[in-house]
Amino acid sequence: MGFLRNLFGGGSAPASLPGEGGVRIARRSTGFHHFTRAILRPDGQKVLDLGPTSSSNLQFITGLGHKAYNDDVLMAAHAERFLIPGAEEGSTTVDVERFLDEELKYDAESFDAVLMWDVCDYLPESLVKPVVERIRSITKPRGALLAFFHTRDAGAEAPYYRYHIKNDETLELQNGPRFQLQRVFQNRHVENLFHDYTSIKFFLGKDNIREILLIR
Amino acid sequence: MEPNRSDVAHIGKSVIIKGELSGSEDLYLDGEVEGNIDLHNHNLVIGPNGRVRANVFAKDVVIHGTVDGSVTGVNKVELKKSALLNGDIMTQRIVIEDGAFFKGSIDIRKGEPAKAQPAVVGTPVASANTVAAVAVDREK
Repeated sequence: MGFLRNLFGGGSAPASLPGEGGVRIARRSTGFHHFTRAILRPDGQKVLDLGPTSSSNLQFITGLGHKAYNDDVLMAAHAERFLIPGAEEGSTTVDVERFLDEELKYDAESFDAVLMWDVCDYLPESLVKPVVERIRSITKPRGALLAFFHTRDAGAEAPYYRYHIKNDETLELQNGPRFQLQRVFQNRHVENLFHDYTSIKFFLGKDNIREILLIR
Repeated sequence: MEPNRSDVAHIGKSVIIKGELSGSEDLYLDGEVEGNIDLHNHNLVIGPNGRVRANVFAKDVVIHGTVDGSVTGVNKVELKKSALLNGDIMTQRIVIEDGAFFKGSIDIRKGEPAKAQPAVVGTPVASANTVAAVAVDREK
C-alpha cells in the first residue's frame, strides 16, 4: 500500500465541519455567468477545476462539450508530505519546491479556462504567488480564470465552502473541510497578484465575496 | 455490495496480481493489481479493498476502492463515495458520488471510446476465455 499512500499523500485533511457535505445553499453568481459565456464556444476546450471533486461541476463542463480536469489544490497544499520545519521552533511551513514539483504539473498553456474559486484565500502564504504563477503558465493566452476573494466583512472565521455548479448563473455552497481563512486581499493586492493578465473584472456579491474574472 | 459469486469472476482482497488481466466475463476485484486490465465488453467492479495501479478498459466500471491509472468505460464509469482515482477517464457517461476523490481529466465520448494505451506493462499473461489471475503473493 506504500505506493498508494505516497500517491495520495498520506496526509490528513483538515477536520471536517459538523455536517460537512449535506445541504447545499444556492447562490447567484454574476462572475460565473460571465465565465460561462467566455467558454461557451468552441467545443472541446480544456477547463481546470481547482476545487474538490464535484459531480455537478464535471457534468456541467462536459455538458458544454469540453474536457474537464479536476485538481483539488487546497487538499494537496495541506498534505503532510509537503510540511517541513519552519523558522520558529515547533512551527512548520510548506516545501514550495516539492509542492510545485509534484502538483499542478501540466504542460505550459494547456488550459482554456480555470476555476480557481477562493483557493487563494485559504492557501498557505508561501504558496500563494507560486501557485498563481503556475496557474498563469498553464493557461492559454486569452484563457479565462474565475477567482473568488473574501472581503474584510467576511470575518476571520469565514467558513470554507465547496462550490457546486447548478447552472450557468447559479452556484451551490456546501460545507467543506475546516480550512482556515488565511488573509483578506485588497483589490490592489489582487491586481498585483494577477498583473500579467490582460483583463480583470470585479463583481461584488452580497455575501462578502468578490468574484473576479480574468483573461490571460 | 458484492455480486452473486456465480455470476462474475471474483478476486479477493488478499490477492495481489502483477501482470495483465483480460477476460470475457464480468469481474469483481477486491485485491491489488499492478498492470493492465482489459475486460472489453464486460463490467468491472473495484471493491472497497481494491487497489489498482493499472490502466483499465471495460464496458461499465464501478469504483469503490483506489485506482492509479486511466479508466476507459465504454458505456459508463461510476465513482462511489469511497473511491480514490488518480488518472484520466474516458467514457460515454460518468457518475460521481459525493465524497469520491478524483484527480485527472474526464473526456466524454459519445459512441465507443477508444481503448486506452497501456502505460504500465507488467509480465505478459496469456488471455483466456476466463480471467487469468496470476496470484504472485498472498497477504498473511
